Amino acid sequence: MFRKTAAALVAFVTLVGPASAHDFKVGMIEINHPWSRPTPPAAPVAGGYMILKNGGPDSDRLVEVTSPIAARAEIHRSLVEDGVASMRPVDGLALEPGVAVDFEAEKLHIMFIGPKQQLQDGDKFAATLVFEKAGAIDVDFAVQRKASQPAAEGHSGHGSAN
Amino acid sequence: MSGVKTFRIAVWAAIALLCGILIGFSGYLPGTGSKESIGTGTARVGGPFQLTAHSGEAINNATLAGKPYLVFFGFTHCPDICPTTLFELTDLMAEMGSAADRFTPLFITVDPERDTQEVLSQYMTAFDQRIVALRGNQAEMDATVKAFAAFYRKVPIDGGGYTIDHTAGIILMDAKGNFAGTLDIHEPRATVLAKLQRLVGA
Repeated sequence: MFRKTAAALVAFVTLVGPASAHDFKVGMIEINHPWSRPTPPAAPVAGGYMILKNGGPDSDRLVEVTSPIAARAEIHRSLVEDGVASMRPVDGLALEPGVAVDFEAEKLHIMFIGPKQQLQDGDKFAATLVFEKAGAIDVDFAVQRKASQPAAEGHSGHGSAN
Repeated sequence: MSGVKTFRIAVWAAIALLCGILIGFSGYLPGTGSKESIGTGTARVGGPFQLTAHSGEAINNATLAGKPYLVFFGFTHCPDICPTTLFELTDLMAEMGSAADRFTPLFITVDPERDTQEVLSQYMTAFDQRIVALRGNQAEMDATVKAFAAFYRKVPIDGGGYTIDHTAGIILMDAKGNFAGTLDIHEPRATVLAKLQRLVGA
């Protein structure tokens, strides 16, 4: 009985989970759930987040991000120090072996500059990530209001914890 | 026996010290440069300012009187904390219902050069319509930043363009235009709600 329930649960998770788990892999680099927030009209920028995991024995670096929806993209880190918020470009993001870099937790974001369209909750858009050693990979960013909550229109299971 | 007595004195001294520290910090608003207010319990925030709303309406400290308001600084070229704060406030105000009519949230741009009234009026359609975006010319901006003991600084970026460092967090002002505390949108939701409800006396 328990086994049956467990099997059903696994089947359910398999059906629901991976359909929206939204992971990518290039070389030894795993890219977990790239996502972005909806943008207000006329917003000149959009932020992108993901978790990058280097499963290889050597360090690597995220050196470039491009997307057809933006004029250009940069890696930025936000900081609040002594009550002052600031944001600075990161020149290549180091990915050490065995370490996961969670953009949200580390106050990092991809800054998509000059988005050509307004990003709506539930949208997806394409981007290319270029790693120094692992090379380039095409991914898509899911547009959702919050990291920990599913996007609208049934994109359940998009949580960052998945 | 004297050992116990010494211990007792040490404990009381520690408590006194701790209380002193707590009292000292209670009035300290980080990043506002109002460090002289330590120990008074109220930071020196508030003063005359004059700006223009995204609707075109002139807003100043006198027009705001009679209703508590929130002030936070930001700009539209910020993809992260600024829209997050606006979206969070939108959600919180929906949750608060009509109690949210009893305060005015003000989003003051520190980048009036790029955040024109046209940009702001489009940008703000994504959020609760009770949130007001404000901008001003250089002199108006400087006076406003001073009134809220806040800070902003334009920082050039390699390869062109610029970003702006600015006071983080939300400043709470009561109906008389007096400083009533701060809140951080990243605080637990219940804490933020409690602070807003206390501000409007709900």
